[in-house]
Amino acid sequence: MNIRKFNWPLWTGFLLSLIAFLSYPLVFIWFPVTRDFPWANLLLFGLAAALLLFGIRRAFATDRTHPRRSKIGGAILATLSVAIFGFFILVAFIIARQLPASHGAPQVGQKAPAFTLSDINDKPVSLSQLLSAPLNGETGSAGALARNAQEATIPPKGVLLIFYRGYW
Amino acid sequence: MRSIQSSLANLEEVGIRPVAISVDPPAVSHDLCQKAGYTFDFLSDPKAYVIRRYDLLHAAAGINGQDIARPAEFLVDSSGTVRWVNLTENYWVRARPEQIIEVAKTLR
Repeated sequence: MNIRKFNWPLWTGFLLSLIAFLSYPLVFIWFPVTRDFPWANLLLFGLAAALLLFGIRRAFATDRTHPRRSKIGGAILATLSVAIFGFFILVAFIIARQLPASHGAPQVGQKAPAFTLSDINDKPVSLSQLLSAPLNGETGSAGALARNAQEATIPPKGVLLIFYRGYW
Repeated sequence: MRSIQSSLANLEEVGIRPVAISVDPPAVSHDLCQKAGYTFDFLSDPKAYVIRRYDLLHAAAGINGQDIARPAEFLVDSSGTVRWVNLTENYWVRARPEQIIEVAKTLR
């Protein structure tokens, strides 16, 4: 391929903006440092923007072999990249934050409301059971088998309740 | 969940039992635990009774428009008192095991 013809900064910039988007759910979400604020992705988008700017200048240069094709191609790729960036901002900063406020949740110092729910084997488990059953002991679920007979007599200091959206 | 599982030994070492709660039925959670290798407790609240009781209902936010839980974490001590709460405002941002271990060290 003729290097003069091929607008590599434009294409690289476009590909990089795709990578900047996809790398969040595929890679950076697994590390708290890059997940809590998506700075690594914004950095990649910045790099992509620089390449795209360079590529557009090139696409609109007067010395192109196919000036028309080059300009249209440049405009399309740049628009797509901006759209990808916009979608990322939308998902990361707006959609992911659309959680209902929770004013009635138990606060620090209050008693946690008691409950009884089924575990993965359909066996009822209560909060008080969770709080008193020995850690590493039987509460009825898959991994709660005693791993160490000596430890199995110690109740937990606390229970961490993790509410999550569901597996679907 | 993955980070909780990978820190499970550290959490148990400081006396913390993690328990996951969602609207998923037991069979779905059973599948998830098997596939993902989760060995801590997963509880089912299909009608969202407890989720409502904790004011964590995210109405019609499930994939088929069902009511689900908004993400949240509570650390409850042995007397049943809440000692730490994390009500995230971004569902990608969840409590880190290290944070919980720090709080756990203050529990008796």
